[in-house]
Amino acid sequence: MTLELLLLLAAALFAVGLFGALSQQSVVMVMMGLELMLNGVIVAGAAFWYFLAPANADGQVLVLLVIAAMTVEMAMGFAVVTLLFRAKDVDTTDMAAELKR
Amino acid sequence: MVTGAPAWAVFPAGAALLGTALVGAVLDGALDRRWDRPLAEVVRLLRQRGRRTVAADQLLWRVGTAGPLVVALLMAVVVPVGGTVVADLPVGIVWFNAMDVVLWAVVWLAGWGPNSVHPLVGGYRFLAQALSYELPLMFALTAPAVAAQSLRVGEVAVAQRGLWYAVWMPVAFVVFVGSVAAFSMWGPFGYPVGRDAAGGVLAEAAGVDRLLLLAGRYALLAAGSGMAVALFLGGGAGPWLPGWAWTVVKTLVVLAALIVVRGRLPAVHPERLARIGWLVALPAVLAQVLVVSVVVVVRG
Amino acid sequence: MVQLALFCLFAVVAVASGVAVFRVDSMARATYALALSFVAVGAVLLLLDLAYLGVVTVLMMVMEMAIMAVFMIMFMMNPGGLMPMSMLHNKRGALALSAVVFLALGAGALLLPWPKRRGTAPADPTQAVGEALMGPKMLVMMGIGAVLFTTIVAALVLASAHGRYDHGPYDRGGSGARQPQDRTTAEDGT
Repeated sequence: MTLELLLLLAAALFAVGLFGALSQQSVVMVMMGLELMLNGVIVAGAAFWYFLAPANADGQVLVLLVIAAMTVEMAMGFAVVTLLFRAKDVDTTDMAAELKR
Repeated sequence: MVTGAPAWAVFPAGAALLGTALVGAVLDGALDRRWDRPLAEVVRLLRQRGRRTVAADQLLWRVGTAGPLVVALLMAVVVPVGGTVVADLPVGIVWFNAMDVVLWAVVWLAGWGPNSVHPLVGGYRFLAQALSYELPLMFALTAPAVAAQSLRVGEVAVAQRGLWYAVWMPVAFVVFVGSVAAFSMWGPFGYPVGRDAAGGVLAEAAGVDRLLLLAGRYALLAAGSGMAVALFLGGGAGPWLPGWAWTVVKTLVVLAALIVVRGRLPAVHPERLARIGWLVALPAVLAQVLVVSVVVVVRG
Repeated sequence: MVQLALFCLFAVVAVASGVAVFRVDSMARATYALALSFVAVGAVLLLLDLAYLGVVTVLMMVMEMAIMAVFMIMFMMNPGGLMPMSMLHNKRGALALSAVVFLALGAGALLLPWPKRRGTAPADPTQAVGEALMGPKMLVMMGIGAVLFTTIVAALVLASAHGRYDHGPYDRGGSGARQPQDRTTAEDGT
């Protein structure tokens, strides 16, 4: 197991997530894509900690920060979707964009 | 001192968990004056055909059906029996908590899989219930870990030489045992498998599927009781008998207490449980953790 | 050797289930495919001696996905995937862009001269991260705490249709008075 292999895994997860976040219409599916991108960041953070500087805990703190960021993203995302849905019956990004007109 | 066991210990540990679950089921039957009910039920369900529903999601249904039993086994691997534990994980307490969260997923999947109304209602009820008991459970697990200054379940059990944690952290103990009943969908927390929803998660399960779910429920109670012994009741500590015997005896006592409670308390609806969990249990158990932390700091 | 084989297995599971998220029709399957991806990443962290972070990743992410499934099924048309349909826009552009990003990141991972490993892993990484968070990195933890609290308040304000003293249709009569069927035990009995 090397740093390069782990970073390739991280890049693959990030790219798959990016595809989802860009291509999905439904807001919740976009959030799934974002989560997958952050999943890649977790792998990268842990890999940098283990292979570059295991003596100090920066990489571990980064992973915890990413996990916290994901919970915040999900809570706020669902709150906004719930609000949009209750107010305007909207659940896709395209329909939300049309609300501006 | 608690040490890890060799890999083959998985099999006797699994057998021990299933045996404890069976004792619980027999006791549960005996309370209704039918001690042989579990055995008769096993024979009946093994011969019964499984049920098929229209457009069921077979894969997810299978996962949800086998899930509770598997989760109970995974919980049991970090529970020390006397001086040995199958997996001496450095973060055993977090592992137990993570397995309890996996239960959210598998119970909901058991409800989603059959594509039928009543199981789905049961699955949603369990998620609502889980949101109420999870945070109090987390902090109830935190209290003994703080007191023992370790996340290793074995070290927590050993650290209780002299004074059991149940004695000086009663709130955490009560919340933990209540949470065990809650994640096992047991007694007052049996709403996800309630009769008013035709058996909830169990409604469409027949034959071996139903056997697995029911066995999983008793096994969860057994694993939770074992964890309560390790975290709050001194693990294998006790006079005369060897450590493993004390662990078994104490586990059976906690299990029996949980079983006896079943029909004697009113069911708690999830929306009311949310209030109890967040407005009563959570502040109480947080205060408990504060007291424990202060004691640990003062003792040095 | 065993470690490398396990890593390859978990890596394949993580990426394959990540791809499956956007390929399956059923929303329940999509959500739990993502959960499986996170579980595989948690297992990879366990391989890197990060016992606490690995288990916590599994804990947090399975919990998140269990809740996410509820919202997925609430907000998606066709949640069960019984009528296959496409919910994509600009698929080709997204595919091209993410392929470019993957190639760039992968090339960076393989070609950059990474520095040598400094120091050795502590005996107990869990204790190391705990001491870092309670010592030099305390500001991070306090920041997270404030952000999480703000999130709870903001999310409730946005999502709740009710005010402070109105608890929805199930609770019109205050918390005390309820129907008599409350008192029955909701137990299956078998």
